[in-house]
Amino acid sequence: MERNLRQAIIVDHYQNPYHKGLVEDKDSCYIRNNTNSLSCIDNVDIMYKIKDDVIEDIYFDGEACAISTSATSIMIRTLIGKTVEEAQKYLENYEAMIEEKPYDAELLGELNAYEEIYLQPNRKKCAMLPFESLKKVLGEEKWKK
Amino acid sequence: MHREDFPMLKQDIVYFDNGATSLKPQVMIDAMVDYYSNHTANIHRGDYDAAIKTDALYDEAREVVKNFIHAESSREIVFTSGMTDGMNRIVFGFMRHHLKAGDEVLISKAEHASCAIPWYVLQKELGIVVRSVPLDSEHQLTVSNLEAMITPRTKVISIAHITNVIGDVRDVVKIGEIAEKHHIYFVVDAAQSVSHVPVDVLEMKASFLVFSGHKMLGPTGVGVLYGKLSLLEEMKPLSYGGGMNEFFEATGEYDVREVPVRFEAGTPPIAEVIGLSRAIQYIESIGVLKIHAHEVELKNYLVSALSKIPNIVLYNKNSESGILAFNIRGVFSQDTAVYLNHYHIYIRAGNHCSKMLKDDLNIKNTCRVSMHLYNTKEDVDKLVCALKNSEDIFKIIL
Repeated sequence: MERNLRQAIIVDHYQNPYHKGLVEDKDSCYIRNNTNSLSCIDNVDIMYKIKDDVIEDIYFDGEACAISTSATSIMIRTLIGKTVEEAQKYLENYEAMIEEKPYDAELLGELNAYEEIYLQPNRKKCAMLPFESLKKVLGEEKWKK
Repeated sequence: MHREDFPMLKQDIVYFDNGATSLKPQVMIDAMVDYYSNHTANIHRGDYDAAIKTDALYDEAREVVKNFIHAESSREIVFTSGMTDGMNRIVFGFMRHHLKAGDEVLISKAEHASCAIPWYVLQKELGIVVRSVPLDSEHQLTVSNLEAMITPRTKVISIAHITNVIGDVRDVVKIGEIAEKHHIYFVVDAAQSVSHVPVDVLEMKASFLVFSGHKMLGPTGVGVLYGKLSLLEEMKPLSYGGGMNEFFEATGEYDVREVPVRFEAGTPPIAEVIGLSRAIQYIESIGVLKIHAHEVELKNYLVSALSKIPNIVLYNKNSESGILAFNIRGVFSQDTAVYLNHYHIYIRAGNHCSKMLKDDLNIKNTCRVSMHLYNTKEDVDKLVCALKNSEDIFKIIL
């Protein structure tokens, strides 16, 4: 992906984030996860609605840098409507990309905007922030209930 | 001033993160290298030349600190691992045994984590009540707001001399008078003030005062806890072991040595204490008042330049220290810090360990410039230029 395009995607999602603002969870059907990472100052809440193995909805809110915010926005737009199994596949390939391992670039779509984030090692955590949250949520049993 | 004394400044950098840690002068580094290269020895247990020299320097350091903060006796100086260590010793070694349920401790929302969390732990353990003095419209602590919070149950006032985000210089002399009048312990966090403004424990009638070495041109891993001798006599050590015991027997009997040695169990940070002592001598050779005037002049110069840039928000332009908190409107502080790093300008982004301040500032994270004696108008000009031309910030950092 061209650098200009990468920048445009990240800035667009940072300035116009998708599904930003938490929803009122009257029926308690969302799983809420806070991702306040130790090494940086991003503090984001993400709410997941997973039903019958399908990610039906995700919202987020919080204060974070351009990379964390945009990555969260793109992750949300990518994963809504996907099965848990498909989400796992996105997670694995995205993490492989961040860690400079082989991955399926075609699958990742807009998430390829972070393909060169490894050049700034201190920002890798920012790019991983929403996916660390996803990993935690999918790794717990809560979503199966 | 004196930039040539600081080897880090041989690099092409603008160092504005002195609130986190300061740069180190060569004379301080040399003192530590000399200890490691020429007279390595433990203290107070060797009868050979290197040990005798090291003993002398270690004991002299206590005297140097005592004179620097105007304590009555060098026995009132305890070497710690840093300000956090000092605060924890005060709260858990002294206050835990002197406070009871319902007793009130006054702090403010601008305090650093290490001057808030220990009190909250004691609140949970003992049922003491930690109360925050409201800050004024400029997020500063005023003497009148503090005095209005005092009740017959108030037993401690625990505040920073200078806070690490807002940078307001608290009127510790007046507050000390009030504390004395009401028989309240006065605990002062001097981490951001020592080496920037004069610190006089007698004038401020401090019961306890703590600071770190590394923010005042000294090494990491060493700090100072000052306590009035009568209070230190009542404080319990949190560490027991070699060097601090009078005797111990297999029966379990033991006794501790005199103050302050009883608070320095095990081998202390000898090189660091020697380095700290040298750093203080260096600061004294320049003069704290001169350093303060220089920092305030630079801050005013910076505020005046940044006030002319429309998208810059300033949070504490009137506080009289070298600390300025700001944001570029619409840009997360960490992104600003990454952008400035592109121009080798080092600032801090985040909540600066003062997580309660967000309630008052209505913003969680800021960029912070914090100065020291070696900063210059040229440093400020470079920062202002970068911020003035920050419209392409994302093109640079992404």
